Amino acid sequence: MKISKIASLLNAKVHSGADLLDSEVNEACGSDMMSDVLAFVKNQAVLLSGLVNSQVIRTADMMDMRCVVLVRNKVPTEEMIELAEESGIVLLSTSIRMYEACGILYVNGLKASTTEA
Amino acid sequence: MSEPLVFTFEVDGENFTSAGNASVAVKKKLRWLGFPPEIIRRVSVAMYEGEINMVIHAGGGVATVTVLQDRIDIVLEDHGPGIANVELAMKEGFSTATDHIRDLGFGAGMGLPNMKKNTDSMEIQTELGKGTTIKMIINL
Repeated sequence: MKISKIASLLNAKVHSGADLLDSEVNEACGSDMMSDVLAFVKNQAVLLSGLVNSQVIRTADMMDMRCVVLVRNKVPTEEMIELAEESGIVLLSTSIRMYEACGILYVNGLKASTTEA
Repeated sequence: MSEPLVFTFEVDGENFTSAGNASVAVKKKLRWLGFPPEIIRRVSVAMYEGEINMVIHAGGGVATVTVLQDRIDIVLEDHGPGIANVELAMKEGFSTATDHIRDLGFGAGMGLPNMKKNTDSMEIQTELGKGTTIKMIINL
């Protein structure tokens, strides 16, 4: 799925990486716990989160993720936007809540990883 | 590459926002040096977990990464409170982190086990009241 389709499905605002919206991503995960993302995520390129701090972007960067979606109307800090730009990460935000946002992407073909924890 | 490359970073224990800066810098250097993505990710994750631990538990410290011919060494040294029970600290889910830390997205008790999982060897030297030194090796 193209990141532009994620943005469109979630009616999301693009905060960084507008030039990377054509990138293809295949798997996603959702978590507010960065510890769990670092420990359990394998090859997911998209992180949905309701957590707002710079470590969300750094965690995504460490895990080679391409896109971060902030859910439930969370607004990214200036620092998050700068870090995302530097790291080549598309940072999106949507008013949709976590469960529904994950569901919308899942039914439209963006799968979870099949890798065990 | 005959001479080892050594990168040293001060990890600021007072600033949660900047935690991870050293790991980001190392990741960039390893990418520039042309290491395979899987090696880069293992080094990055192990170091980032360690860096976060140094900030939330130990008031910062020093991180040293040495790139050798056949391996990458990561040494994280702090002068924090030390780890009371290393065996317990290595158990998944065990954490002494406060609710405040959990609100920031960390402190699930996965850090040390994840550092071990991403490295080929990990040694912890710790003394209560003096500090902790963690040495990790990733073979190339």
